[in-house]
Amino acid sequence: MKVGIPRALLYFKNEKFWTTLFKEMGIEYILSPETNKEIINDGANLAIDETCLPTKILLGSINWLIDKCDYIFIPRIAYAHGQQMCTKFLAQTDLVYNTFRDRNPKLLFYDIDNKKVTAERKAILKMGKFLHIPKNHVKLAYILAKQTQLYYEMFRCESQENVVKNSNKNKILIVAHAYNIKDKYVGEPIIEAVKNLNCEPIIAEYFNAEQCIQASRNVSKTLPWGYNRHLVGAIEMYKDNIDGIILLTTFPCGPDSMVNDMIIRKYKNIPIITLTVDTQDGTAGMQTRLESFVDIINFKKGNL
Amino acid sequence: MINNENIACFPQWANYACAFKYICEKGFETKYIIPPPITKKTIELGSKYSPDYVCAPFKYCLGCYIEALEQGANCLMQIYGGCRLNYYGELAEVILKDMGYQFKFFNMADINFKSIKSIVEHFKIINPNFSLVKVAKSIPVMMNIIKTIDKFEDYIRLNVGFEVNEGEFEKTYNEFLQKLNNLKNGKQLKQLKKIYWKKLTNIKVNKPSKIIKVGMIGDYYTVQEPFSNYFMEKELAKFGMEIHRYMNLTNTLIHNKGKERKNVAKKYAKYNLGATANFTVAEAIDFAKNKFDGIIQVKSFGCTPEIDAMPILQNVSKDFNIPILHFSFDSQTSETGVKTRLEAFYDMVEARNKG
Repeated sequence: MKVGIPRALLYFKNEKFWTTLFKEMGIEYILSPETNKEIINDGANLAIDETCLPTKILLGSINWLIDKCDYIFIPRIAYAHGQQMCTKFLAQTDLVYNTFRDRNPKLLFYDIDNKKVTAERKAILKMGKFLHIPKNHVKLAYILAKQTQLYYEMFRCESQENVVKNSNKNKILIVAHAYNIKDKYVGEPIIEAVKNLNCEPIIAEYFNAEQCIQASRNVSKTLPWGYNRHLVGAIEMYKDNIDGIILLTTFPCGPDSMVNDMIIRKYKNIPIITLTVDTQDGTAGMQTRLESFVDIINFKKGNL
Repeated sequence: MINNENIACFPQWANYACAFKYICEKGFETKYIIPPPITKKTIELGSKYSPDYVCAPFKYCLGCYIEALEQGANCLMQIYGGCRLNYYGELAEVILKDMGYQFKFFNMADINFKSIKSIVEHFKIINPNFSLVKVAKSIPVMMNIIKTIDKFEDYIRLNVGFEVNEGEFEKTYNEFLQKLNNLKNGKQLKQLKKIYWKKLTNIKVNKPSKIIKVGMIGDYYTVQEPFSNYFMEKELAKFGMEIHRYMNLTNTLIHNKGKERKNVAKKYAKYNLGATANFTVAEAIDFAKNKFDGIIQVKSFGCTPEIDAMPILQNVSKDFNIPILHFSFDSQTSETGVKTRLEAFYDMVEARNKG
């Protein structure tokens, strides 16, 4: 049996967790390739026009996977960090099934449907049962996988904090969801562009989630989405150590459409630029905008 | 105790303003102003100050708030829900405060419904000296107002396309709504309901034996607020169609059939899709099973739950062989475009009927 993991959306939040989990359970898996033009085009053809870019990438990746594996791994996660998720994640299992219905997709998933801390463990055990893997085996795999993800995130956070402390370059905080910033097509060109402008890109996503969510309570009381709280909290925690903020979103992201406006209204002293990525290419416009953004930062610091 | 300082206001939403007015004035003993009817200016104001690609209902709400604040309202209210609606309140509050308005904000997303203390504290925003007894007494009446409105509107939707004297339904119904605005108690509501139900049912209609039946589905706000769907129901009635709509406050807030609806939708959507998407799917299946001639989905641009429901609707359409027309409204939709598409839809449905 072979499981196909689409390299999109929640994969970027759980990469080490999922891959270790399958490895430890003794299940073979394949990953879809990094996002390229072909995947985006396929996704755009399969999706409704108004769907957000990450979902199009998801559908494109599944289109690539569907004939190459027995099961498509597409979990449904309704709550994260004890907070509501964008409805995209609630619907993605049904969405994928209905989009590919004619091709009889076999879906493998776990379903987190409540806010309890134990929800994820229970869901994974249920999935293990479905795969006919002994319970103890799954439990062990789950613990190992969870720890791997945890250490990975801790390491990532620590090394970035060192950069924030020690770097003399202009530090630009890139505020974007994991599935945007780590995507080859969406986020990576922006990180490269920032580096080429002799600035230090700081990824908001890499900071510790618990601490950030705690900090976000000072900014917004009713912000419903856990992932957005993580990003907003990162700004709140490091606002004194950074020189500028890039709000990187994909068109038309529901949560970001509101939260970005809130961020711009709350942090009036830090230069902020909003970059929106769509299915169309053309990074030349973004390049120019980023250059003038860095000029503004330098001007503000008196370096120009 | 009566509070003379606060003037409460909830954004314009279908014809429910009189129900909100009743609970504020009779329950909380606070003045309430019904916001002016939505016009082009409302949505222009709302779009001007809203983020670019936020969903259209937010823009309508913001426009309504601004117009109400100009008229003297100083205690705004917002509800909560399963999607972006949860964040409407706080963002609108920050935007309006940045614009320089002074007001209080009653945000239901902020209430912890598990703690009575939190509920009472938030109610005190509307009136610091509110009486819990009076609020509790006025709630059943408010529910009755909503139920009456929905019952009347359901009847009108089925018959307005076939009235003999044009405009009679609208005239009678508007008269009823005017009287509801100054409602004194539950008893008066009962009398009014009796009188106007008789008047409505006595209006002459001429229904042919074979009629075209159309079902309306869509996101919570757009399907209910006629301005935001370009008076779709009125346009459809002009073609002489019978319009069915399940989504209203009675069926969602008062008698919530969420579970039952989810079961209906189960074959297509196993899980909760978020917000009202399961309702949308379930209604589409119901309409299709009852041999309707067509389904129209209206939604605001970028409404995530409804977008996720669309591939499912397309499958329903294929399986039951029923046409579904999708409309996506933003602040900048052209009226003629909507009309043309409706005409084409009508022609297609009629041709299918004959063939």
